[in-house]
Amino acid sequence: MKVDLDAIEETAKLLYIRALKVLPDDIKDGFQRLDAAETNATGKSILATMIKNIDIAEDTDNLLCQDTGIPIYNVTIGRGVEVDGIDLKTAIGKGCARATTEYPLRSSVVHPMTRENEHTSCGRRIPVINVDFSENEEELVIEMIPKGSGSENGSFLKMCIPADGINGIKTFVIDRVMEAGGKVCPPTIVGVGVGGTADLCTKLAKIAATRPLGSVCDDPEGAKLERELSDAVNSLGIGPQGLGGDSTAFAVHVETAATHITMNPVAVNIQCHSARRARATFTLSGVEIGF
Amino acid sequence: MAEHEFHMPMTEEQVRSLRIGDHVVLQDILFGIRDATLIHMFDRARETRLDLKGHAVIHTAPNVKKVPVSNSCPAGYESVCIGTTTSARMERFTRPLMEKNGVRMIIGKGGLGDDSAEAFKELGGVYLAIIGGTAALETTWIEQILDVDLDDLNPESLWQFRIKDFGPLLVAMDAHGQSLYDAVRDTAQDRRAQALARMGVDS
Repeated sequence: MKVDLDAIEETAKLLYIRALKVLPDDIKDGFQRLDAAETNATGKSILATMIKNIDIAEDTDNLLCQDTGIPIYNVTIGRGVEVDGIDLKTAIGKGCARATTEYPLRSSVVHPMTRENEHTSCGRRIPVINVDFSENEEELVIEMIPKGSGSENGSFLKMCIPADGINGIKTFVIDRVMEAGGKVCPPTIVGVGVGGTADLCTKLAKIAATRPLGSVCDDPEGAKLERELSDAVNSLGIGPQGLGGDSTAFAVHVETAATHITMNPVAVNIQCHSARRARATFTLSGVEIGF
Repeated sequence: MAEHEFHMPMTEEQVRSLRIGDHVVLQDILFGIRDATLIHMFDRARETRLDLKGHAVIHTAPNVKKVPVSNSCPAGYESVCIGTTTSARMERFTRPLMEKNGVRMIIGKGGLGDDSAEAFKELGGVYLAIIGGTAALETTWIEQILDVDLDDLNPESLWQFRIKDFGPLLVAMDAHGQSLYDAVRDTAQDRRAQALARMGVDS
């Protein structure tokens, strides 16, 4: 399959705008589940307003949240796909910039030191474009995630040592969720990376935080930790917006990687309740847009 | 848990009548500020021509569309999507905003810290919690962008909005030293050991 770069650019634009407006079904279902179980009156009323906002965004064709985030594009290239990598990245960058200037969206991206805003949602190394490969024949997938800053600021890494064991990891996650409190816009998806190197561990936490609700870590040890941490985090009483309640997190997601005999790293990356994603799948029969 | 409606600006007495847990709806005028606005106002001594005395400020940076100046868009901007950012980053600016500019209410999400609580008590101010991430709804409470200053910082300019039925907002920190966030933090701290114990961790 030969990739049409104009279609990539258009799709990169469309995905950014769509992600900002329509929440995936798994997140909508997650809200219903939390709302049904919430026992705190303030928490319940906040969840109701969040659910109302999802409807208003769709009814008024508006953005769910004003934070257009840092744009992230996850590209997965299947077998038999012909594309020049540099051209592909350029087309995605152009689509991202056009979404910003043509819609127009707020550009939330600045140079880290001068704080200059190019008003394109682009800058040095931004959008983040991650490229991976899959076994799927003649298929290219682009997932777009506008990552909000309130929750991204709730990111933490600790190079625990082997003697800290799994208990060191559990304690770190609980303490960071408490520290983040209402600042990360709960209910959240708490992404936890365990193992790897420092950079891989942090990346795993991001993958975990942006995984669909209902998905389970494919490492049984990670899956067990997800269940335990989800239960523990929601027993703290932090609640929606940190104003009290049972619904602190939709879930805790864990991703794992092998690590060094001397290391025991853990990272936390949090996704806010506006857990936005959009996905395009290119195949020989055309483009399909979904989550 | 009283319900209040205020036409902006407000008096110190009105602000001091509020208690945590009360609900507030605001009318008429609201100012939008955030990180860069405050850094420039207080760390780089830039002055604004807008009068914030007795007013509410919201921690925001909106999505706007540049349009020709008209009666409906006097600042040359039309609102696209306006919502609220995390307040904690702006903690150290609460006191100067109140002392220098006479601000009485701060609207945000996630809460402010001890220094702000002290400033609210001493100078007569409150923190109103809005629900973060519900900008589509919040946008429907904003009628117009009336004015803009320090616009070289766009989108982190100082915005003046005309509002209608802005709320309900929850009084989360009042002028009597009370904070809903402190209560939740204490609860979480009390439950921490039990949360760890259910995962087999002694603390």
